[in-house]
Amino acid sequence: MIFLQLFITFFFIGLFGFGGGYGMLSLIQGEVVHHWHWMTTSEFTDIVAISQMTPGPIGINSATYCGYTAVHNAGMGNAMAILGSITATFALVLPSLILMILISRMFMKYMNTSVVQSVFMGLRPAVVGLLGAATLLLMTSDNFSTPSQNPWQFWISTALFAATFVGTMYFKINPIRMILYCALAGLLLLY
Amino acid sequence: MSDIYLTSFKTFFKIGLFTLGGGYAMIPLIEKEVVDNHKWMTREELLDVIAIAQSCPGVFAINLSTFVGYKLRNTRGAICTSLGTALPSFIIILLIAMFFRQFQDNHVVAAVFRGIRPAVVALIAVPTFNMARKAGIGWANCWIPILGALAIWAFGVSPIAIIVIAGVFGWLYGKFIAPTEQ
Repeated sequence: MIFLQLFITFFFIGLFGFGGGYGMLSLIQGEVVHHWHWMTTSEFTDIVAISQMTPGPIGINSATYCGYTAVHNAGMGNAMAILGSITATFALVLPSLILMILISRMFMKYMNTSVVQSVFMGLRPAVVGLLGAATLLLMTSDNFSTPSQNPWQFWISTALFAATFVGTMYFKINPIRMILYCALAGLLLLY
Repeated sequence: MSDIYLTSFKTFFKIGLFTLGGGYAMIPLIEKEVVDNHKWMTREELLDVIAIAQSCPGVFAINLSTFVGYKLRNTRGAICTSLGTALPSFIIILLIAMFFRQFQDNHVVAAVFRGIRPAVVALIAVPTFNMARKAGIGWANCWIPILGALAIWAFGVSPIAIIVIAGVFGWLYGKFIAPTEQ
């Protein structure tokens, strides 16, 4: 049953995932964390971190990982979890494959029509909202702790958030390098 | 029969294996392999294909490799190239997923990830602002992303629903409102 749910979920994520890997992450998060409760917010955040640090498209990486984790968290064994990751990855790729073949075969000429352009005019600002929502949804006590629960971890986390934001946005530091710096900071300060 | 299937699979496997940091980082590598080394497309063709692959839903790298594969050998070519792009990611992540669970409760790993999590949240916040600039968000239309984000964050609306609604409203706007503004 979970395999069918995984397939349908990731097929829709592939079909409606506009705005690159990060735009897709908010869809994945909405489905796997908030809708299906296949994993916790911090498990999902770890998956995003690992997807970012390993080679390949972030969408594929996180789909593979989410498929595995979802089935594993459902209490099934390793072989089933591998099947889960195959299901999620295949389902994510399938709409792209179908759509791109259709476009190369017959719809190339429609891509510049005013109808398609006006649909994208509505989509672009919405994708910005999706990314904003993904950021807000990840600002949880799981990821940052709280001032009352663990003030030290909370303020360190907030500082690391601010440093990464400023570092990648304004100083154009490579995101992977930034993750490694924060990993080191976590090891030294949050052990 | 030529071994173009194998060559294209191997080429995109290599592209999938060596790109860090998501789909857009793949563009220079794809350009080098597809345009310069194998001459499967001209630079202009590739630019057109990149523009379409970007505006379509789905994983950008898969969209792009499907286009190149289809141009080479139709549907079978498209399957070879997209499989080549996805496979390295799939194998690497699967190995990590299988072994990470055993280290998850380790104190060192736990501390490392306590440091990484806030960074990941910031890495998702940065493209929000970059994309806002690219999408031309200003005072007149900033209510669209704000409303969308609030609907998802505070009211639990599915992001897929937001995408569909935004597309429909864009279409309606182009059909009924934009013509009257001229």
